Amino acid sequence: MIRGNAEESRVQKDAKDAQFAAVAAEHYVCVERRLAASAGSARTGQASLGAAMEVPPQVGVGVVESKVARFGAPLMLRSGFTLPGFELVYETYGELNADRSNAILVCHALSGSHHVAGYYAGQPKSQGWWDNIVGPGRPLDSERFFIVGVNNLGGCHGSTGPRSIDPATGQPWGSRFPVVTVEDWVEAQARLADHLGIAQWAAVIGGSLGGMQALQWTIQYPDRLRHALVIAAAPNLTAANIAFNEVARQAILSDPDYALGHKPRHGLRLARMLGHITYLSDDQMALKFGRRRRADAGSFGFGIEFEIESYLNYQGDRFAESFDADTYLRMTRALDYFDPAAATGGDLAAALTPARADFLVVAFSSDWRFSPARSREIVNALIRNRRNVSYAEIASRHGHDSFLLADAQYHAIVAAYLQRTRT
Amino acid sequence: MTKASTRADFEVIAGWVQPGETVLDLGCGDGALLKLLQEQRGARGWGVEIDPARVLAAVRHGINVIQSDLEEGLAGFEDGAFDHVVLSRTLQTMRHTQRILTEMLRVGREAVVSFPNFAFWKNRMAVMQGRMPVSDDLPYEWYDTPNLRFFSIDDFEVLAAEIGLNVRERRVLDDRGQPVSEEANFLGSLAVYRLAGASR
Repeated sequence: MIRGNAEESRVQKDAKDAQFAAVAAEHYVCVERRLAASAGSARTGQASLGAAMEVPPQVGVGVVESKVARFGAPLMLRSGFTLPGFELVYETYGELNADRSNAILVCHALSGSHHVAGYYAGQPKSQGWWDNIVGPGRPLDSERFFIVGVNNLGGCHGSTGPRSIDPATGQPWGSRFPVVTVEDWVEAQARLADHLGIAQWAAVIGGSLGGMQALQWTIQYPDRLRHALVIAAAPNLTAANIAFNEVARQAILSDPDYALGHKPRHGLRLARMLGHITYLSDDQMALKFGRRRRADAGSFGFGIEFEIESYLNYQGDRFAESFDADTYLRMTRALDYFDPAAATGGDLAAALTPARADFLVVAFSSDWRFSPARSREIVNALIRNRRNVSYAEIASRHGHDSFLLADAQYHAIVAAYLQRTRT
Repeated sequence: MTKASTRADFEVIAGWVQPGETVLDLGCGDGALLKLLQEQRGARGWGVEIDPARVLAAVRHGINVIQSDLEEGLAGFEDGAFDHVVLSRTLQTMRHTQRILTEMLRVGREAVVSFPNFAFWKNRMAVMQGRMPVSDDLPYEWYDTPNLRFFSIDDFEVLAAEIGLNVRERRVLDDRGQPVSEEANFLGSLAVYRLAGASR
């Protein structure tokens, strides 16, 4: 049909703005809940907070358990370092079908984990970080798909990483744990696929750094996935993004506790505060916090007076409690290093030549760390290679964090795309 | 999907696309044309659409759709990336008329443009009787139409000559979808052009 009439689209936009305002108002609490559970919380766009809290957890995948896969064969990393063997902690939701063709791999981003959905027995607040998109009737429908979440190598949620024991010394690896890359993660994830008897994923999906892994899968193991869902990602980091990562790393590395072998709480806290600012949008921060002050404001000192200060400090504290500094250093480095087109003289289409998958690429309008323009680079390279690709640019005020939230259009697009996926 | 009877231009366009050729459909809606070109002509297609509901519909239909605003040009697409770039019944809704036409011929070897002919005799009759025309090809009331540009087949050809578009083929259809061979600007309700750059 002919393009939308202007009045109709304006009315839709107003309605959408109102919806976003409602979501944004709740987002402060939402993000706190998410981090309180050290994972993302399930949110539906229009439900009030009270209603959301009353929703029984079993509407999602329900109680889940983590499993551990052990791999005895050495793993040669891109750095040249060889891990003698490793463990990956993972979770699965739904049932693997008879011909093992309905498996979806969910790749996590910087601070995520294998705990994608559901909650642990006796811990109703332990909801997975992407619970809102996984479950019966949700876009990643656990009644149709077998969904796998895995904690990446170098992580701090149970897979082999800085907190693990180095078999050579009997001591935790700590800062001696090797730097790992997106390519290394894909290699390790492929071994998990072997372990689970999955020759080919129906889809690999991820947001941000997770989207980079989905993209890398299509290059590294082109025959082992049919669809790649690359969300809020980029073909590489911009200089500004690397700069943010470097400041975050310096916060950790310059914390005196780190040099002494203690947990660099102050450094981690600063790193997270900085990161958090960049994951939100200016608009959204204005909406959520504005210049609002706490009751004890006006001291003419340097305590916490503005709401935004309170929020950032709270987020920093929570993160410093739960996360590992050596993991944080490695996750940010993996982001910096990811650049598949580096091997092809900057030609992304050439780098993506091996890819055989169909693609869904999604970006969010207010995401300034992984902007829509960066996603379009991926799309254009894929079109040049004549790959099947769809691209949705979701209107959102929530910045880079949007990919974790339950925007109706975003989830409808992912659901519609996966509904057409053959299993 | 859009009813085939309302999209007589689709059959014309399908006749110009060869198996294996690539098509970019601008303002692809729910992807009806691309589906037809893929299923009947074995073409490889991608659509461009701005409206979120239509992007979703296209994804539901398994059509490659790129969400983007045509008014911002086709900056994301590379030169000569497609065999055909199609603009079906959309030119009259666009502000940047000349730019989209030149952009189409930058990213495509050929441009296919269809539009309602405001000088169709029934439209002239409507205006003679004092009312703006409403028909299958102009299905809107004056107050809810997305159409911004009101032009005829003759008007389009003047512009095409001015900006150096080479008309390779033209098909004109009446309001029942039947071909019109004479007095196109009077008897034609819908025009479909196959265009190339002047240098070709």
